[in-house]
Amino acid sequence: MNESQQDDHWLARPATIKLLWWVFSTVLVLLVLVQALIYVKGYFGVDGWFGFGAAFGFLSCLAMVLFAKALGYVLKRGEDYYDDGQDDA
Amino acid sequence: MLEFIPPATFMIVAALLIGPTRGQLRTAIVLAAPLITLWFVWQVPNGVAYDIAFLDYRIEPLEGNAVRRLFATIFALMAFVGGLYAFRQAKWYELAAAYAYAAGAVGVSFSGDLISLFFYWELMALFSTVVVWCGGTPEAQRAGLRYAIMHLLGGVMLMVGIVGVVVDTGSIDIQPLLANDFGTWMMLIGILVNAAAPPVSAWLADSYPTSSATGSVFLSAFTTKTAILALILLFPGEPVLIGIGLFMVMYGIIYALLENDIRRILAYSIVNQVGFMVCAVGIGTQMALNGAAAHAFAHIIYKALLFMSAGVVVYRTGLNRCTEVGGLFRTMPLTAICGIVGALAISGFPLTSGFTTKTMISQAAADESLAVVYMLLAAASAGVFLHAGIKFPWFVFFQRDSGLRPKDAPWNMGAAMVIFALLCILLGVAPDLLYRFLPYPVDYEAYTPGKVLFYLQLLMFSGLAFFLLLPLMKRTETISLDSDWLWRVVLLRIASSAYGLVAAAGSAVAAAAGATIAGLRSLAIRYLGPAEDEARPGVFARAWPIGVTALWIAVLLTAYVLVYYF
Repeated sequence: MNESQQDDHWLARPATIKLLWWVFSTVLVLLVLVQALIYVKGYFGVDGWFGFGAAFGFLSCLAMVLFAKALGYVLKRGEDYYDDGQDDA
Repeated sequence: MLEFIPPATFMIVAALLIGPTRGQLRTAIVLAAPLITLWFVWQVPNGVAYDIAFLDYRIEPLEGNAVRRLFATIFALMAFVGGLYAFRQAKWYELAAAYAYAAGAVGVSFSGDLISLFFYWELMALFSTVVVWCGGTPEAQRAGLRYAIMHLLGGVMLMVGIVGVVVDTGSIDIQPLLANDFGTWMMLIGILVNAAAPPVSAWLADSYPTSSATGSVFLSAFTTKTAILALILLFPGEPVLIGIGLFMVMYGIIYALLENDIRRILAYSIVNQVGFMVCAVGIGTQMALNGAAAHAFAHIIYKALLFMSAGVVVYRTGLNRCTEVGGLFRTMPLTAICGIVGALAISGFPLTSGFTTKTMISQAAADESLAVVYMLLAAASAGVFLHAGIKFPWFVFFQRDSGLRPKDAPWNMGAAMVIFALLCILLGVAPDLLYRFLPYPVDYEAYTPGKVLFYLQLLMFSGLAFFLLLPLMKRTETISLDSDWLWRVVLLRIASSAYGLVAAAGSAVAAAAGATIAGLRSLAIRYLGPAEDEARPGVFARAWPIGVTALWIAVLLTAYVLVYYF
């Protein structure tokens, strides 16, 4: 019974997830389009451009994720990295 | 008369009473003490209440003003909700230490001079270390030790700075300074250590996640935020803080993106959020200082809420890593919803406390025409949504079905989470409740259609970025090196090779000494000792005839007489 319940939760069904993607995409499009009606004050010029918030949010996240990914190659270590050294001490 | 009792006293008394009492009485003390403290916080008058002679100085343990009361209020409130969250699950000594720790935070808030500030500062360092140790694991012991060393070093620097400032100015008053000489720099550095500023940010993410499920809730609130208060009081408008704050903001995001431990993600986002406040103090205008104070107030609430939500998961499952959990929303709906509210608040979503406070800081940057600062803060707001706003709830409560079916939060933990979740929304919907207690008059409209639209675009598209980039953010069972690598590995290696050198030198000295002693001994045996064959002992140990002795005495006397006369 538990097994069948696991995938039966309405939030976990593929149909729901698909629907959520549709809703999410619609909201995104509307958020940009509605800027035609609502004035966004730009303090520095560029931040008042049409869809600036959307593009800036997306691109800065992209940059941060890629930067973190690259940094990860240098900085990531196994979880027992520090344990090795400390056992000797 | 009553206004002369420092509110911290009640927390200290409660901390002392938690040990000896049991059952209902202890519960009553845990829940009542912070509320009594809160009441007394609001009795503190403006200005210095009284002073006490100490050596050549006048100690002012109780000085009130708007920003001090604001911080003391949130510290007391935090102690109450934290106590409610923890009193049935935490060990009594963890609760007692946490209350003494909170007493230190309230005490710092009202310290009118540098000496009482230092006293309460060290009280916090001491008892927060105990809270870390209450994690109970060997990992927590080691992290607690590193935490203690870091904070004692920070305390020493603060003390050196205080002495320098007192020698220079002759005054122990807390007053706005600029970092322009050795004393003020040391003081600033001592405070920044507690704010988890670079290059020592690592202590925070190292220690907090090793504490117990309840301990990390207390730890998240006090140390860094008292540092913010100290910065507001001592270094408003210190330009170097802008750069430090921006670095912390970005550091928190990048490291949180790399992290797998649930509570360590939240720990990195503390550094990120405190970075916003440090930056605001650096801008230093009335709007910026209001923003820093308001953001600290709101931050304590939503960050504690996030740690509570994560704490319930740790408490119920015993698991700490994103790779081990997932899909918990099925059986932990309350914890999931409260966690999501906290996550939305930290991201600064409209209608949450994060939006009404963090945007004040951005506004302050815009007012001062600091374009780069403004843009970086906006990018960071998007990044916060990425690393804490979505990442935390997504990996813990959704992501995949881990098959875990833990029970939801115990009633007291649930109640504590609901209180803070409601406060997050209340301060988001009715920001004036908070604005009127800020240090300066607030001339700021949080909700303008343009601003709401800008932030909604920013946040929703960073959400899009999160889901599109999910393959790049696959959790790995790793840790990330940080500046603490320098002392946990490099310093350790230097120390152990120095130890090896000293040991080698020591054994060389010992060998040389051994050889010398052996030589002396054989010399002594040859001349003084009995020989191996008793027929011929050493030359001075033989039995000489009396005549030879008399002859030698005569020779010596002659030599003496000769020496005497010539």
